[in-house]
Amino acid sequence: MLELTGVIPAIPFFSFVLLAVFGPRMARRAVSVIGVGSIAASAIVSGIVTAAFISTPPAGWSYHEVIWQWMSVSGFQADIGFYLDALSVVMVLVITFVAFLIHLYSTEYMEGDEGYSRFFAYMNLFVASMVTLVLADNLLLLYLGWEGVGLCSYLLIGFWYTDPVNGRAARKAFIVTRVGDTSMVIGLFLIFHRLGTLNIQDLMNRATLQWPVGAAVAVAAAALLLGGAVGKSAQLPLQTWLPDAMAGPTPTSALIHAATMVTAGVYLIARTHVLFSLAPPVMLAVAVIGAATLLLAGCSALTQHDIKRVLAYSTISQIGYMFLALGVGAWSAAIFHFMTHAFFKALLFLAAGAVIQAQHEEHNIFKMGGLRRMIPITFWAFLIGGCALAGLPLITAGFYSKGMILWGSWSSPQGGPVLWIAGLVGVMLTSLYIFRVIFVAFFGEAQIAVEHPPRLAKNLPMVVLSALSISAGWLNLPPYLGNKLWLNDLLYTALPKVAEKQVGWITEDWSEGIITAAFVLGLVLAYELYLKHRGATRPLSDNALGRAIHELWYADWGFDFVYDKLLVTPVVWFAQVDKRDFIDKFYDGLAALSRACYRALSATESGRMRWYAASIVGGTVVFIFIVLVL
Amino acid sequence: MHNHILSIILFTPLAGAILLLFVPRENKNAVRWIANIFALAGLLVSLPLVPWFWAQRFQPGFKFIEGAPSNWIPSIGAGFYLGIDGISFLLIMLTTLLGWISILSSWSAIEERTKEYYVWFLVLQTGMLGVFMALDFFLFFVFWEAMLVPMYLLIGIWGGPRKLYAAIKFFLYTLLGSVLMLLGILFLYFNNHSVTGVYTFSIPELYKTAPAIPFHFAIWLFLAFFVGFAIKVPMFPFHTWLPDAHVEAPTAGSVILAGVLLKMGTYGFVRFSLPFFPSVVTQPTVRGWMIGLSIVAIIYGALVSLMQKDMKKLVAYSSVSHLGFCTLGIFALNPLGLSGSVLQQINHGISTGALFLIVGVLYERRHTREIAEYGGISNVMPVYAAITMIMFLSSMGLPLLNGFIGEFTILQGTFMENKLWAGLAVIGVILAAAYLLWLYQRVFFGKVTNPKNEKLRDLNLRELVYFAPLVAIAFWIGLYPKPFFEILQQPVNQLVQTVRPGYPGTNMEVKKGSEGLAPATAAGANAPAKTLAVREGGR
Repeated sequence: MLELTGVIPAIPFFSFVLLAVFGPRMARRAVSVIGVGSIAASAIVSGIVTAAFISTPPAGWSYHEVIWQWMSVSGFQADIGFYLDALSVVMVLVITFVAFLIHLYSTEYMEGDEGYSRFFAYMNLFVASMVTLVLADNLLLLYLGWEGVGLCSYLLIGFWYTDPVNGRAARKAFIVTRVGDTSMVIGLFLIFHRLGTLNIQDLMNRATLQWPVGAAVAVAAAALLLGGAVGKSAQLPLQTWLPDAMAGPTPTSALIHAATMVTAGVYLIARTHVLFSLAPPVMLAVAVIGAATLLLAGCSALTQHDIKRVLAYSTISQIGYMFLALGVGAWSAAIFHFMTHAFFKALLFLAAGAVIQAQHEEHNIFKMGGLRRMIPITFWAFLIGGCALAGLPLITAGFYSKGMILWGSWSSPQGGPVLWIAGLVGVMLTSLYIFRVIFVAFFGEAQIAVEHPPRLAKNLPMVVLSALSISAGWLNLPPYLGNKLWLNDLLYTALPKVAEKQVGWITEDWSEGIITAAFVLGLVLAYELYLKHRGATRPLSDNALGRAIHELWYADWGFDFVYDKLLVTPVVWFAQVDKRDFIDKFYDGLAALSRACYRALSATESGRMRWYAASIVGGTVVFIFIVLVL
Repeated sequence: MHNHILSIILFTPLAGAILLLFVPRENKNAVRWIANIFALAGLLVSLPLVPWFWAQRFQPGFKFIEGAPSNWIPSIGAGFYLGIDGISFLLIMLTTLLGWISILSSWSAIEERTKEYYVWFLVLQTGMLGVFMALDFFLFFVFWEAMLVPMYLLIGIWGGPRKLYAAIKFFLYTLLGSVLMLLGILFLYFNNHSVTGVYTFSIPELYKTAPAIPFHFAIWLFLAFFVGFAIKVPMFPFHTWLPDAHVEAPTAGSVILAGVLLKMGTYGFVRFSLPFFPSVVTQPTVRGWMIGLSIVAIIYGALVSLMQKDMKKLVAYSSVSHLGFCTLGIFALNPLGLSGSVLQQINHGISTGALFLIVGVLYERRHTREIAEYGGISNVMPVYAAITMIMFLSSMGLPLLNGFIGEFTILQGTFMENKLWAGLAVIGVILAAAYLLWLYQRVFFGKVTNPKNEKLRDLNLRELVYFAPLVAIAFWIGLYPKPFFEILQQPVNQLVQTVRPGYPGTNMEVKKGSEGLAPATAAGANAPAKTLAVREGGR
């Protein structure tokens, strides 16, 4: 059954072509059937492939299939080929399944929209690209998927193109991620130049044979790939595009900017983990970037009013956790968190979308209130998603995955107390900012009347994702619950085990206990500040320092400002100054010079005999002088 | 037919031009039909070349040889001598395709002096094809100059408001280049005589004697050719004629100018500068300058296009940037760089040709190219907007489309020579996304704010017909570029072998490696140099 692998990206690609060409003339119903049906089919096929992969594992727990040879120039080769192992199986299954639920949700969310077929065309193309990215057997094909998802992200952020603000956000997303992509491309050049192949498995084998740990070239290669990962996954310092990307329709935010595309960087690092293992400084950088990002974004999330921007910063912060896990070599923990995050963050976005549509497109949580009773299913969905995000102990999936990451950040050889504490503070921040949203928007007095309460197509995906946000955690049960690591055991066939190095007095159980305390602290704080004593934050925002910090966090620590002044302004300034191309001035000068000569010479043609006679005499004298002297 | 295929391709447009002379000028539709039939015929007769060439793509030397050296004006050793290799084959196919498309696109755009327009266009077509086919320097120069006059007239007569300024600027620049190149050609000609005692303009013969010219002469010769080609490309800082020429030229003129004429420069580098002066192009300072100018062109062209108000000028400056990649690949002097460069020349013809057609479509409807006049065009012309998006993406090098393959190969080749060069050139890729997406935003997105744009009609059948092949080829090269690289493999390896003998992986076919200084053509056989090995090389 593994031969079906190639079908998974092919189905959505063909439905994209179908929708792109005939979509505008199709009935909405047909568009829904094709748009959602293709993803459903793709999800079913990936389910079958996964089942086949687990029940009768192929030799070496990997399956490789070349569809055709893409290019081959003087020793440079790349195939359109797919590589299936535990890592890509898990990714593909999660991607197609979540994508299916979000597509289903979109049939209701986008029902009144003019660009209905265009929306589904782009979303289908996105799924095709994303699956290609994950299944690619070589880095060039991976890069194709990588740029493909970037394109879809661009198209979908700017989906409502009549508003220039959306177009601006879309362009920003594309160009900022392209800065990262450029670094990645240079990484590909370097890898091919030194290792002679871009096939991922081959290059990892060759790298282990040719490069010692810590070799400069390995560090360079890993760092360049990290540049790409940082851009795509919105980590420091390239995170600025993601909050603005919320301009797209909410299902887009759920699928692309939460569940799947933004985790491509995590996937890239896990996929090429051998390179990173050979480069300890880069591993450290990954962990530090992750820790810093999760803290900075967590603070920013605290100050946002827009429900989607809170979730956007939360996504940045959660991917920070995944980076932290990767950086300490807890590969499987990162993928575990990717999976649970895909479920609960998609759920949160879908619920947020339902809220926004029910509240007349209002995004500001402080203008909402009392939604708990008015749209109960949505409330419960958001609550479950929020709890999973914050890591409500024992019940929710987020608790297990985050617990595993924190334990890795403490116990692994690359880990240590600093990273662990950063993660712990992050847990507190997470629970504070998400319960802030829940208490402000869903509790209290109702402010806006509800219209368009969600119906089946919206509710069903939310219910399913709620169930997954809880149960997905049970795939990896920690020691005190029996130590059944089903998912990890599967992933260990593709990724190295987490090395454990017991440090100090903390055990895994202790670590989880302390996380619980941090979670409770955040929850209590949120309860005190935003539910029990509304306005209790006033004294904070009233003094100058508090306001300054608020402003700073609200504006994402001023990154945008700095980039604008440092990079955008000079480029635009130069382009503005030079729009007439000053090189041309030189040629204008030549032209002016020859005109001047012409004028000077034609002035001598005056028609006066005296002048001519004098010139003849003068010329003769000069000539004779030259002849005599030289 | 097999033996005369090149002549047939070459003279079909000219035959059309001659026939048109006998059609009364008042009968515009007859003129249009005849011109279009001959343009299409020009494309059709070139199609058989595809399978024929494919069959012998790995064979060394020039193929489809026609005529012979010195058979035209024996007293000076000039010959009507044609032949092609993989590089010229691809450029010829590009020329016949774009020639047909340009003429088709002119149907409703040209209302005045219709007959003269088509006559000159067909003459231009023959001139361009001749440049890519000529194996005789004299013949080459005739075609090179023959191309200049029709282009001058196309801009000068059918151009925009500042057409005379642009036409004269174009003419002066290129003429300067030609004159210097002529001097270079004559030097090679006399040099060959002094070495072998034979007066000949045959390029394969000159290949044998030119590389032996001592460096202190060769550097000047290289510079003479360089100016000629660099102006044509155009390389920074010789590029300023291009925006003016493009802005003023009629749409079809721009398509041909960008699609084919600029390739004359890069073709010249590949065909002449490299194999004639290997000692010069491998000299680090010279090479450093060439690469440096290419990188400056990539970044500078992109920066200048960012703020243009006129769509055509924007595309013109983007051409400067893209051609920078082509010259970068050439002077990377390795198989990847060179193959990428030639493929990128084709890609540029496809994408930028399409971009000029795209601008032309709007211009024909609204008679303005000011970006500020537009906005929200997606709402009124959805099909057009979709095609434009595809071509923009191709132009900014997105995978799945052609531009990516070319750029990636060039940059990979460049990286292998010097990491810094590749690192700098990549900046151009980011900027390309910036200026193209911003242009797209301003023209296509947003609401229709200008009432004049509300009633624009979408593409008609004729327009769809000429966009379709371009879109198809863009995807073809993006998805399956392998055949293109196979066609380029032999000539490119030959070239690298000549310039940098012993470069790994290039002498697959040539068993004994390059025999001294006898490169490109003689490689086919280790045959005695005096019998013209080349002639047997073809059919």
